[in-house]
Amino acid sequence: MADKILMKGNEALAEAAIMAGCRHYFGYPITPQTEVAAYMAKRMPKIGGVFLQAESEIAAINMVIGAAAAGKRAMTSSSSPGISLKSEGISYMAGCDLPALIVNVQRGGPGLGGIQPSQSDYFQATCGGGHGDFHLLVLAPSSVQEMADLVAKGFDLAEKYRMPCMLLADGTMGQMMEPVSLEEAKVEAHDKSWALTGTKNERRPNIINSLALQPNELEQWNEERFKRYEIVKENEQMAESYLMDDAEYCVVAFGIAARVSQNAVDAARAKGIKVGMIRPITLWPFPEKVLKAAAEKCKAFLSVELNMGQMIKDVKLAIDCKKPVDLCYRTGGMIPSPEEVLSAIEKMQKEGK
Amino acid sequence: MIVFDKPKALTDAPLHYCPGCTHGIIHRLVAEAIDNLNIGGETIGVASVGCSVFTYNYFNVDMVQAAHGRAPAVATGVKRADPSKIVFTYQGDGDLASIGMAETVHAAARGENITVIFVNNAIYGMTGGQMAPTSLPGQVTQTSPYGRDTNTVGFPVKVCELLSTLDGAGYIERVAVNNVKNVKNAKKAIEKAFRNQVEGKGFSLIEVVSTCPTNWGKTPQGALEWLEENMLPYYPLGVYKDKFAKEAAK
Amino acid sequence: MSTTEVLIAGFGGQGILFAGKFLAYAALLQGRNVSWLPSYGPEMRGGTANCSIILSDVQVGSPIVSKPDILIAMNLPSLDKYEKEAKPGASIFVDSSLIGRKVERDDVNVYYIPATQMSTDNGLETLANMILLGAVIDKTQVIPEDMIRPALEKVVSARHAWLLEKNIEAMNLGKNYKE
Repeated sequence: MADKILMKGNEALAEAAIMAGCRHYFGYPITPQTEVAAYMAKRMPKIGGVFLQAESEIAAINMVIGAAAAGKRAMTSSSSPGISLKSEGISYMAGCDLPALIVNVQRGGPGLGGIQPSQSDYFQATCGGGHGDFHLLVLAPSSVQEMADLVAKGFDLAEKYRMPCMLLADGTMGQMMEPVSLEEAKVEAHDKSWALTGTKNERRPNIINSLALQPNELEQWNEERFKRYEIVKENEQMAESYLMDDAEYCVVAFGIAARVSQNAVDAARAKGIKVGMIRPITLWPFPEKVLKAAAEKCKAFLSVELNMGQMIKDVKLAIDCKKPVDLCYRTGGMIPSPEEVLSAIEKMQKEGK
Repeated sequence: MIVFDKPKALTDAPLHYCPGCTHGIIHRLVAEAIDNLNIGGETIGVASVGCSVFTYNYFNVDMVQAAHGRAPAVATGVKRADPSKIVFTYQGDGDLASIGMAETVHAAARGENITVIFVNNAIYGMTGGQMAPTSLPGQVTQTSPYGRDTNTVGFPVKVCELLSTLDGAGYIERVAVNNVKNVKNAKKAIEKAFRNQVEGKGFSLIEVVSTCPTNWGKTPQGALEWLEENMLPYYPLGVYKDKFAKEAAK
Repeated sequence: MSTTEVLIAGFGGQGILFAGKFLAYAALLQGRNVSWLPSYGPEMRGGTANCSIILSDVQVGSPIVSKPDILIAMNLPSLDKYEKEAKPGASIFVDSSLIGRKVERDDVNVYYIPATQMSTDNGLETLANMILLGAVIDKTQVIPEDMIRPALEKVVSARHAWLLEKNIEAMNLGKNYKE
């Protein structure tokens, strides 16, 4: 294993992308993800890669489309308002079945919002974000190590299923430093015979396109894409369970909210409350299986989020509303304290009895 | 023996354009340039949004279809991914000079080594004849039913003039395809714009002043006349910038 | 099994983040778990800055320090804001050349060190942060002394290697300071 070094989440993910074979990065500055662009600007020219600061987030995502269409591992990164601008391109990418990695280091919204950490783009990310029927793969890291590890995973899944992947982080994940061990990722070779590489006058042209004016044709494309989504849902759900073996109550939280909740779960355990935590790592596909199983033995659930309550809907759907689901949240860039989460756990326990 | 043949860089798909529309001529000129330079196997085209959206069915090369206005950014991505490929965009006036103005200007400013074919017919064709950024003062369209009023909606954008002020822009020329002489000039210009890229020189844009008989409410012949009488005085033909010729002369 | 939560707070430009990074590296070199979380905002210089560092023998949960075991206050607003948050029994280090008042709580250990004055008196301008850290390490053993040099080697870039001895000099001043 490589030596551990201290790195900011933003820098760790950038280096991890390079180690995963990404040589094409297109971005635009926005707090709190700018370190990704700065890191790429420094590194890419030294390894024969491409760093380009685009004129806008819109241009950046379209440059990613171009590079992905040419068959390259390409990525962009931004923060919430910038992701809204990219949404048009993300929809096109889904419609064209193009793989790429999009990083969202979330900040508070709506509008220009703030610059402090947030998880309020959950709906935007997990429901696709742009117009049309589609999904993104959505991965939610909760440590700097995971910021790095999920990059290679994200590229791999994106190429395997030919769909864009979003790494949904937040300001704390981007800004904080933790020890991280970076290792050269094994790059899986996926079929890219669809890529635009020039016909060499030897094959028919490849066309990458999301336009189908005949509704029956578009319907068929969408149906086929959703069949693929079903396979993703079946095979790729990821979650971490913490103290769930004997848990009677279950906290559900991802990213920074999971880090805070872990302290609260520990504190609750110290008070004799049998509570555990399920931390979704894939937000789409949502880890329904592990939640369904938890619903069989837990009395109540608590969704902890840095938004007004978005993931809670997926929690309720996953457990078919069989058990009560409470919400503990802060919004606007605020982060709940472990004490706040502990109070919510105690409240859940009282109600769940 | 001289044989009039279809360029290899065009597919057999019948064009969907209206009678009298000059897209067909411009497609042919682009295809001839690709054939003459023998680059079809290495060319990647970027289709835009508007009447020319279906160019991906017509050019016999690898194609990607870009969102409205974003073709120069997509082309940038393709070119940066593989600089050995010849990358071109084919865009109309609404796409290039309105919604995609930022992408156009910045691709030119970067001196991106791509070729942009810009078809200016002073109107939104596919959506049914709305005012374009290049619609002439007084021009009647669906969204300027009383004629383009420059007091309220301002003046047309002269793309060649605008881009020629940018240090990054290499070769900028405005041509037309309304008569044989102009078609010949246009052919030369388009081929040069591709050759510049093959030679690694940088950003080339050819604006082709074009017709839209359907949305102008003209016959094909009437449209050509209207173009000559109204468009060409406002959009004078000629080379607006040739940085590469200057560099060669040094 | 122990966890120490450190909060360093002051003005931007006082080396708050650097001091935090130094502590974090020292803990990392010991093989401990660690997190370092800066405040971030629109100000580059002069605004308030703080940094949460958690050093632990177990996995770090929340990286946000709201109840510090060690508080290093390098300006008055920081002391005003965080004094009441410190854990009972916490150690509070005050740069007394910039903060005129005394700590009001009586359930904490307080150390007053005129670090900024000491730094200018000794030709170590900009190293008040490290003078304070010298005192912190001496009083709390938050990191062992033999980790000082290796950790500094990690955080002082090779380009500024000459600063390494200056940093150690500053830390010794803090260590040997008697109130």
